[in-house]
Amino acid sequence: MTGAAEKGTTNLHGSWFGHERLSAKCAIRPSILIERDDKIFVLVHAGCDWHNRLQFAEGTLAIMTLTLLRGMRTPISFRSNTGLFFTVLRPRLARFTTRAESAQATEAKAAAKSIQLATKEAAEQKTQGFEAIIGIETHVQLSTVTKAFCSCPYNYGSQPNSTICSTCMGHPGTLPVLNEKVVECAVKLGLALNCEISMSSKFDRKQHFYPDLPKGYQISQFDIPIAKKGYVDLDLPVEFGGRHRKFGITRVHMEEDAGKLLHSESGSYSQVDLNRAGVPSLEIVSEPDMRTGIEAAEYGAELQRIVRYLGVSNGNMQEGSLRCDVNVSVRPVGQSEFGTKVEIKNMNSFSEINRAIDYEISRQILLHKEGQADQIVQETRLWDESSQKTFTMRKKEGLADYRYFPEPDLPEVVLTTDYIDEISKSLPELPEAKRRRYENMGLSMQDVLFLANDDNVAHFFDSTLEHGADAKVACNWIMGDIAAYLKNEKLSIDETKLTPLELSELIASIKNGTIRGKIGKEIADPAAIEAMVDKVIADNPKQLEKYRAGKTKLQGFFAGQVMKASKGKANPVLLNKILGEKLNAN
Amino acid sequence: MPPPLQTHRLLISHRRLPTPARRRFTAVSSVQSAPATTLAPGPATSSILSIRESLLSGERTAADITSEYLSRLRRTEPSVRSFIHVADAAAEREAEELDRRIASGKKDAVGPLAGVLVGVKDNLCTTNMPSTGGSRILDGYRPAYDATAVRRLREAGAIVVGKTNLDEFGMGSTTEGSAFQVTTNPWDDSRVPGGSSGGSASAVSARQCVVSLGSDTGGSVRQPASFCGVVGLKPTYGRVSRFGLMAYASSLDVVGCFGSSVFDTATILSVVAGHDKMDSTSSSQDVPDYASELVSLDLLESKPLNGLRVGIIQETLGEGVDTGVVSSIKDAASHLERLGSVVEEVSLPSFSLGLPAYYILASSEASSNLSRYDGIRYGSQVSADDLNEIYGESRANGLGHEVQYSQLSIYYDHAPLVKMRILMGTYALSAGYYDAYYKRAQQVRTLVKESFKGALERYDILISPAAPSAAYKIGEKINDPLAMYAGDIMTVNVNLAGLPALVVPCGFVEGGAVGLPVGLQMIGSPFSEGNLLRVGHIFEQTVQNFSFVPPLLAER
Repeated sequence: MTGAAEKGTTNLHGSWFGHERLSAKCAIRPSILIERDDKIFVLVHAGCDWHNRLQFAEGTLAIMTLTLLRGMRTPISFRSNTGLFFTVLRPRLARFTTRAESAQATEAKAAAKSIQLATKEAAEQKTQGFEAIIGIETHVQLSTVTKAFCSCPYNYGSQPNSTICSTCMGHPGTLPVLNEKVVECAVKLGLALNCEISMSSKFDRKQHFYPDLPKGYQISQFDIPIAKKGYVDLDLPVEFGGRHRKFGITRVHMEEDAGKLLHSESGSYSQVDLNRAGVPSLEIVSEPDMRTGIEAAEYGAELQRIVRYLGVSNGNMQEGSLRCDVNVSVRPVGQSEFGTKVEIKNMNSFSEINRAIDYEISRQILLHKEGQADQIVQETRLWDESSQKTFTMRKKEGLADYRYFPEPDLPEVVLTTDYIDEISKSLPELPEAKRRRYENMGLSMQDVLFLANDDNVAHFFDSTLEHGADAKVACNWIMGDIAAYLKNEKLSIDETKLTPLELSELIASIKNGTIRGKIGKEIADPAAIEAMVDKVIADNPKQLEKYRAGKTKLQGFFAGQVMKASKGKANPVLLNKILGEKLNAN
Repeated sequence: MPPPLQTHRLLISHRRLPTPARRRFTAVSSVQSAPATTLAPGPATSSILSIRESLLSGERTAADITSEYLSRLRRTEPSVRSFIHVADAAAEREAEELDRRIASGKKDAVGPLAGVLVGVKDNLCTTNMPSTGGSRILDGYRPAYDATAVRRLREAGAIVVGKTNLDEFGMGSTTEGSAFQVTTNPWDDSRVPGGSSGGSASAVSARQCVVSLGSDTGGSVRQPASFCGVVGLKPTYGRVSRFGLMAYASSLDVVGCFGSSVFDTATILSVVAGHDKMDSTSSSQDVPDYASELVSLDLLESKPLNGLRVGIIQETLGEGVDTGVVSSIKDAASHLERLGSVVEEVSLPSFSLGLPAYYILASSEASSNLSRYDGIRYGSQVSADDLNEIYGESRANGLGHEVQYSQLSIYYDHAPLVKMRILMGTYALSAGYYDAYYKRAQQVRTLVKESFKGALERYDILISPAAPSAAYKIGEKINDPLAMYAGDIMTVNVNLAGLPALVVPCGFVEGGAVGLPVGLQMIGSPFSEGNLLRVGHIFEQTVQNFSFVPPLLAER
């Protein structure tokens, strides 16, 4: 932030942009700030007492905007039943600090974007007679209120070992009690992935020793997963041809997560944080249907969209709520057997998945071409983002034996058709259905993919259309100005106060010229304003007394009254100047 | 020999309630000046009822009753060693608190088990006492919660007097497998009390406490009840919550009860039984007031068990079973006949398959359940440079600790009990062996279940010995695990089938100073505890010439 803006916004900055505080003071809420070229569009939404305070709000806003933006002209360009729309010229030096939080909300868009920017050469590389076979195991951490088998909450980033109990710490004598929400989430996802749902499934123990695994076994599902034999439909990004793809889903099963180990820098000790131990997750195993990095990345992105649409997980890769382990092998085209598969871990975005796989494919093809195919061994490799390469983490010595056996502490999970039907009915419209619907509206694939990428955006778009807006125009607004604003402010669309109704009214107003008609009718005659100021001050002796006793915030009240008297047309700069002089005169 | 039936009405151990609206078994109040526990020879009487009556009538105080038990405990404990931890000060405090409540007229607040001293097997978690499971790896461990069964006892007013000794994590049949001490049999201190709930059985037998809780995975309540001459009940799987019971074999484990009478056993079962949301395998079936179903003898018909169909399991009276035990069980069968029931021999062909299947399943589950004892979060840890070494050393040292039992100069290597199960179970669950062992054992389990189900359609109860022999010498079998496993033949099938079984003392065989007690096992259909207790109660009250008070107490 520059000095000028900082100076100008000392007090008001927080009030202006911190919606809640402004709301408390003025009972109005500035809701969105769209920046385009040299203009800033401000939309203000008022509470239920809007009508009573319309003039007041307009005046106050005008003054606050002026104070903030130092001499910018701020005519109120549009007034709807529920809000005000301003246009102000962009201040030359001021840059608005933004709320840095909610990186999570923008991640999907960021990821989609970075995939698009990912090196196309990698995807288009000449595979020179070889084809890659890619399968993915995805772990989705469920956003249930409590853990899978105890009543502890889980919040990412809590103090280590603050959300634990005897059960999730694996103390003697404790028993798991299944959180029924986990089953609900699993059935939802199973249905969304077009799977067969097992009417009767069971839990099993997967056993291995590790300090982050308190019981020495993980409660999981082995031979009877809750859902199996499904598929997922998706459309590749336009830059990659935009083709439709269908990938098979082998199975979806329920399991509990392990805790975390925090290794000391010196390496001399490690600490165990069991907050995450017992948090429910779903593991989704794909068929080996993918052939390129972009296909795998898009598969992951589609799973992320689906879990977000369903509300079963925040799908956040940075927090580890969505983790993809990828198996890659290559074989000469025409060969039916698979080559030796290599597992890759440690990708923190879909773009990284794309690049890691394409790197791994090239590495394996190169080994084949150099006659060193025997150097491709079954192993786990880690993606290193800094060097853009994969490295061996551990070579597998035979298959790990997890000694699965049925979990005796939990009864079978038996579902009824009624239960499944109920969930089936409650499912929202899923990304694939949305894309097909938008496509049928005549929107371009670029538009379709953008709108359907985030269910909040899709919902906003759908609501705007419900209020009568034209699809293409609404889409342009959302993809253009609003998206730019959101990106700049690092907000998600549901975090702004702009409503679909307002957008549809705005679109309608622009269409029928209402806004233009409003502009340019402002009262800029100092004498006329002075007269109105004098009258307002004379009419409100008590407020004047309070003002002079130090309650200077009442300036907003006077400004509002003057604005009201002028029917919103007083030039706010003059108004502010004259009012200040009058109020402070002895 | 059991007495002729007509003498039953001469018993003075019961009287009619003033309001015979509900026929109940009541305490001995004819012996007004007798201490709470009647140690005189004769049929078992309810200590719980007599404590309750004397408390409510003001005849005795809880402090008085508690001190009677504690002084007996102090006197007998040096030779019996039932307890790993005695909470005598806390027990006295709780008793005084109870007396204050009674004195202030809050008799309504006096729970059904008020003033009743309870011993709790040390594999059941208790908040204010150590809970070790008899293992060094949990030496000094104090749980953050009470096991559901313990919580329910406390809520009913019971006073937990201490934690009783056991084979490490319930794995053993003699209580020699405890990492801390060897418990002896109150009938003969050179003999084992049985196990794994040996401490709970010996504590009740020696009247160190009124009743006790144990656990039964393959016979761990019933066999020690038989060895110590007390009543032991293994409820239906799921009847009592396992929450707070350190798991040995989760699909077989149940919390069981010991008492010196069937009535007392029934009373605590009513308190601890019932659904618990913390245990998904606990049953939501209603819990009757078991004790209220036990009818006073003077109200019984001359043949109170008329129409009862009893099957005596053929396979349990054959080779390998002591002749003394066989004749005791046959006498008991004759007695049941005299009481009006029809006793027939019944064959359960899958009976002998149960033992190997049990050891596969129990070991498999144990290998998994004991994984949590890794020295990382609680319990003893051996520090080492390498993670695998920490695990290895902590478990090597903490589990199956080797102790020397100096008094008998017997060197115990407990490794077979716990470590052998972990090794066997790990092996049975390994890839490539699962089908041959675990899966096959599960198939046998189904066979055993079906064979019991068929038999229990034809008979109301099945009877058998609770163990092939009476209590044997300390050290006799500890280093011969196969012999010890074979001793479980009478009981493991019942766990595989998840059925309830009650053991009632029924006779004696030669041994010790005055003979050694033998228990009769009665097996019923799922959730038929009420019927088992009813039959057991009638049996107990009508078996005469036997006093199941150990000589240890008569000495004084």
